[in-house]
Amino acid sequence: MSLHKKIFAKADPTQPKLKTSAMIASIAGADQRTKAAPFGHALVELAKSRPDIVGLTADLAKYTDLHIFAQAYPDRFYQMGMAEQLLMGAAAGFAREGFVPFATTYAVFASRRAYDFICMAIAEESLPVKIVCALPGLTTGYGPSHQATEDLAIFRGLPNMTIVDPCDALDIEQATPAIVAHEGPVYMRLLRGNVPLVLDEYDYKFELGKAKMLREGSDVLFISSGLMTMRALEAAKKIEADRIDAAVLHCPTIKPLDVATIVKACSKPGRVVCVAENHTTNGGLGEAIAGALMRAGVHPSFRQIALPDEFLDAGALPTLHDRYGLSTEAICAAVKSWR
Amino acid sequence: MNAPLIGHNKPLLEKAYRIRRTALQMGKVQGQGYIAQALDVADILAVAYFHAMNHKPDDPAWEGRDRFYLSIGHYAIALYAALIEAGVIAREEIENYGGDDSMLPMSGMAHYTPGMEITGGSLGQGLTVAVGACLALKRKKSKSFIYNLLSDGELGEGSTWEAAMSAAHWKLDNLIAIVDINNQQADGPSSNVLSSEPVDAKFRAFGWHTQRVNGNDMDALVAAFDAARNYDGAAPRVLVCDTLMGKGVPFLEAREKNHFIRVETDEWDKAIAMLDAEFGK
Repeated sequence: MSLHKKIFAKADPTQPKLKTSAMIASIAGADQRTKAAPFGHALVELAKSRPDIVGLTADLAKYTDLHIFAQAYPDRFYQMGMAEQLLMGAAAGFAREGFVPFATTYAVFASRRAYDFICMAIAEESLPVKIVCALPGLTTGYGPSHQATEDLAIFRGLPNMTIVDPCDALDIEQATPAIVAHEGPVYMRLLRGNVPLVLDEYDYKFELGKAKMLREGSDVLFISSGLMTMRALEAAKKIEADRIDAAVLHCPTIKPLDVATIVKACSKPGRVVCVAENHTTNGGLGEAIAGALMRAGVHPSFRQIALPDEFLDAGALPTLHDRYGLSTEAICAAVKSWR
Repeated sequence: MNAPLIGHNKPLLEKAYRIRRTALQMGKVQGQGYIAQALDVADILAVAYFHAMNHKPDDPAWEGRDRFYLSIGHYAIALYAALIEAGVIAREEIENYGGDDSMLPMSGMAHYTPGMEITGGSLGQGLTVAVGACLALKRKKSKSFIYNLLSDGELGEGSTWEAAMSAAHWKLDNLIAIVDINNQQADGPSSNVLSSEPVDAKFRAFGWHTQRVNGNDMDALVAAFDAARNYDGAAPRVLVCDTLMGKGVPFLEAREKNHFIRVETDEWDKAIAMLDAEFGK
């Protein structure tokens, strides 16, 4: 009997096969405006006036943009080695002694390997450790070892933890000082490298705990976080041609959820509510919103665009975003199918 | 056999006796507790709190204090006894030990109890937190030390060894780990559950300054605590302490070894009386 049980998805024979399943894949479209390392630069700027900020990583400074901080403040940077439990415990130790540590790694390692340390050494005492993690959800084609498809579900269950999922470079730049101003622990999903710049075209400012309406529309209400807000905005523009009028409510703070804004937006009659999230269907923004609406007695027609409850394939990221429904085209097709 | 009452360490034997007695009183309140561990570690705590550490009982958050990190949260009954003897916690709290709304929960937690520096209980975390705190103390140019009490069973947690490697990497000469080797954990003797020996050689291989002592010999403990503090090498230090569960109460010393030792209702007073007799009270 073969040990190789993988059943390969049927590829479209008319399409060329993409070749890169590299760990680091850009989510930026070819013609999209980007900014380099927005988190790293924002942290350097903030650290000028905050000598209590230190940066720790577990052998992933370059891949979480913390190397920018390390270059600017070498004596405030701590390379903890490939040891995520130590990373989180040591960050707790710094926080105990009055510092505001940023601890960076990949989302899979923080949420899976180091969870108990984040839970007991950090969150249980509400220490101001800022956990900033690259490769959230499906942002690498490297396979399940690096695809943190359930990180939000894991951290949503954790008392005291604030969870932020920024959309673009502007969101990250503004969220960085905001999570430092917040006194407790924070988990922030990070887009790194050349990060798309989208939200500067909207009347938008990041506020911790607030969802913001980016565009109004009468047929569909997208509620989204992270890169899915970017995709929802693109989809909303595209489906105008099909005479579908879509609103986009960007909800970068997953916890605590801005229930008041969400309930109000979902109470407007006649709109299909569609939560679009870069996360499994289980336990992320979609289910958080569904629960909030049930408790509020608001029952709109409800859809979820999210990753399946599966270990996902390796492959090129655009292929995977198409395959699992996160691409703009896939979102448009889904919305049209609901008519 | 108890260590002989000799020389300048005699007051510490008195403190260790008082810690044991206070722990037994708390055990009596609950009718249970990790009393065998409390009795084995009492000498170590007496040296830490009444000889080695700088601290101010009326100001447990004093910035200049040495920090005592209890990884092994279930040893809280022993640390509470030490903190009561040190005057950090009021003696009246003994009656509330382990009860509803008590500041002395069964497992030690930082925000419940003055003098409890970290929330232990999930073993393998204390030394990782200590590494970060030692780095932070160095950033602050503090002269304070961190003492971290671990147990032999806890050495099974791999994170302890991540921290051990890191402490040597960062040359944390302000870190003193103490490992209570009583060769007992939840499922039996540690040597059967998961061998960690030779513990001192392992730490030495990781780059630590190591000493192995009888953790129930007061003179040896004092010398080892002093040597750890005074060592002038740029390395973390560890005291590997062999101890006897139930130490100081002969019928508990002799009882079958258990992580959670059986003590009958009528035995608490008997244990206290025997302890008093042993120390000539």
